[in-house]
Amino acid sequence: MSNYKLTHLKELESESIFILREVAAQFEKPALLFSGGKDSIVMAYLAYKAFYPAAIPFPFVHIDTGHNFEETITYRDELVERLGAQLIVGSVEESIATGRVVEEKGFNASRNKLQTVTLLDTLEKYKFDAALGGARRDEEKARAKERFFSHRDEFGQWDPKNQRPELWNIFNGKKNLGEHFRVFPISNLTEMDIWQYILQENIPLPSLYYTHEREVFERDGIIYAALDAIPRRESEKVEVKRVRCRTIGDITCTGLTLSSADSLEDIIGEIASSRITERGGRSDDKRSEAAMEDRKKAGYF
Amino acid sequence: MSTQTKDTTGYLDMELLRFSTAGSVDDGKSTLIGRLLYDSKSIFEDQLQAVKDASKRLGGGDEVNLALLTDGLRAEREQGITIDVAYRYFATPKRKFIIADTPGHIEYTRNMVTGASTADVAIILIDARNGIIEQSKRHSYIASLLQIPNVIVAVNKMDLVDFSETVFNDIKKEYEGIASILKLKNVIFIPISARDGDNVVDASDKTPWYKGDTLLHLLETLPVRKDETRLPARFPVQYIIRPHSDDFHDYRGYAGRISGGSFKVGDEVTILPSKTQSTIKAIDEGTKSLEEAFTPQSVSIRLTDNVDISRGDIIVKSSEPKPTVSGNVSLLVCWLNQRPLNEGGKYIIRHATEETRAIIKDVHYKVNINTLENILDDKTVKMNDIAHISIKTLKPLKYDSYGENRITGSLVLIDENTFETVGAGMIVHNLEDETFTI
Repeated sequence: MSNYKLTHLKELESESIFILREVAAQFEKPALLFSGGKDSIVMAYLAYKAFYPAAIPFPFVHIDTGHNFEETITYRDELVERLGAQLIVGSVEESIATGRVVEEKGFNASRNKLQTVTLLDTLEKYKFDAALGGARRDEEKARAKERFFSHRDEFGQWDPKNQRPELWNIFNGKKNLGEHFRVFPISNLTEMDIWQYILQENIPLPSLYYTHEREVFERDGIIYAALDAIPRRESEKVEVKRVRCRTIGDITCTGLTLSSADSLEDIIGEIASSRITERGGRSDDKRSEAAMEDRKKAGYF
Repeated sequence: MSTQTKDTTGYLDMELLRFSTAGSVDDGKSTLIGRLLYDSKSIFEDQLQAVKDASKRLGGGDEVNLALLTDGLRAEREQGITIDVAYRYFATPKRKFIIADTPGHIEYTRNMVTGASTADVAIILIDARNGIIEQSKRHSYIASLLQIPNVIVAVNKMDLVDFSETVFNDIKKEYEGIASILKLKNVIFIPISARDGDNVVDASDKTPWYKGDTLLHLLETLPVRKDETRLPARFPVQYIIRPHSDDFHDYRGYAGRISGGSFKVGDEVTILPSKTQSTIKAIDEGTKSLEEAFTPQSVSIRLTDNVDISRGDIIVKSSEPKPTVSGNVSLLVCWLNQRPLNEGGKYIIRHATEETRAIIKDVHYKVNINTLENILDDKTVKMNDIAHISIKTLKPLKYDSYGENRITGSLVLIDENTFETVGAGMIVHNLEDETFTI
């Protein structure tokens, strides 16, 4: 008799693929939110596998803050071509230009919050009824309670106290007109699972995830890239260091890690011995203890 | 860094175990989870610092309140209670674990049911000082109702009863009586102190009379869902893959997740409800083709014949026992919504990948999950109630009993107006076989 044993990565892959197919079956116009980070890259590959040999039946949507690392954009365009996907870009700069949002001022200014408006506008413009996101429950405590199928009201808001119960593998995507869903197919993957999966599947990543020399500066204990997107105080000295990204977001909120890891094996070893969470370098989470919960309620990813 | 890279190959073939915990503020559940996370090095310094800061602000002084690690929402932190199901993750070199952490009070029965629905193991915490209380029975009932294959009874706070063997054995004996009434499958007892770590990760020198495993060792070695792959094969069709491209002109794959047993290329299959017969031509997983696939793999099945199959149909092996195909369904339901169940009312039903409508024909009785007695005089099924009901569906369902198969034996009821998920149903064939009264 066969040995029916599934590794944890295969089981998690199977769960994610089930969710992705469920979205294609239950919704009329889904979209996959692609940020250029490793989580959304893994989600994109899973979508490719879920529908192969057919094309991925929904477009990728990238909300571009205009403050992205150049490598992210290059990688995005290559990936879209490799997977045969369709790409839609929502521009925060356009939202600023049209007066939909007002840019934050000062040294800690970030477009992170503004992208929520651009995101909701983009979903509205194309009438998307489900947006797939690469959020994981281990990332942050408000996310630990997020459902796979997360209902949003007509204002795009999340009501954490009134979430639909999710039992077994039955997912309820029914909704009224104007409402939509955020769906998180990789909810149960941890940071370590993501890296192991990337290693197992041999998924190419943006070079930013590997060690490289870069001009950086330090602010409140976090190392940032010394690029024009972040205005520096005079006291903040630019140095060249060997760094890599543990998460990739907008330049203004991506903390860099001192690292010499230049292979996936090195990165996995580094994470196994790390004592700081990956979001420890995300300044957007540090604004208050419930920062993530508040942003999510307003319609953030 | 290079010294650690050798471990990575081991990580790639770990197994996944899902377990649930239920408990309220004082029974040490959060401390136990905190200990498992902490001792397996799954708590990071910045998380610990945030918890230390919050403990101080909430008036806890310098003592670190590990419960704050697991209570994620602002309302919960303010009120010091766990409202919702929270999912926690940790790993040891042997396994990866997903904890469904649920509140223990009766008003959160629905959350406990939700957390238990996917668990391979339930941990029932009993305070050694108080013995078996109403809440212990409730948690055990839910483990039984949701058919969790393994139950670990962790007798906690053993330090407060001087690690007494007699106390432990008395609790064990009493619980065995309940376990047999509830037909719990595999029950294991462990004396622990979550606060000090006795028998959690390391064996305690204070319980020389206890010869069993530590909690973590048990979690690392209990079998993961070995039974599911031996069930009759079930494949609810989820989505049809048709590439319409030149390279794959005639490709037609039935995508889904195997929900019982296994399928091989060459197997003769029957498609329900149409009873059409065909043979498996290929099983595809992503870009690869497999000879055989099993529960819970997501695959696409191709058949030798061009048959009419749509989402909601179920593919089964012709040689194996078939599911029941019927519109009359008898089930135990846990009510999840503020608005009570409407006897005679209509609901949307989701069962496996099928969606249809149903009318509630009968409410037979409710279960008092504290005393495990049936209530016959009050048939209003309110939030958190468990009841035995009968429904009639518009399209026939293709179902097994929940005792036979957790996927093809479960369904949810959805409100036709609000679209909220209002009920969780576990299908029963013969109630005498599946339930229990004291």
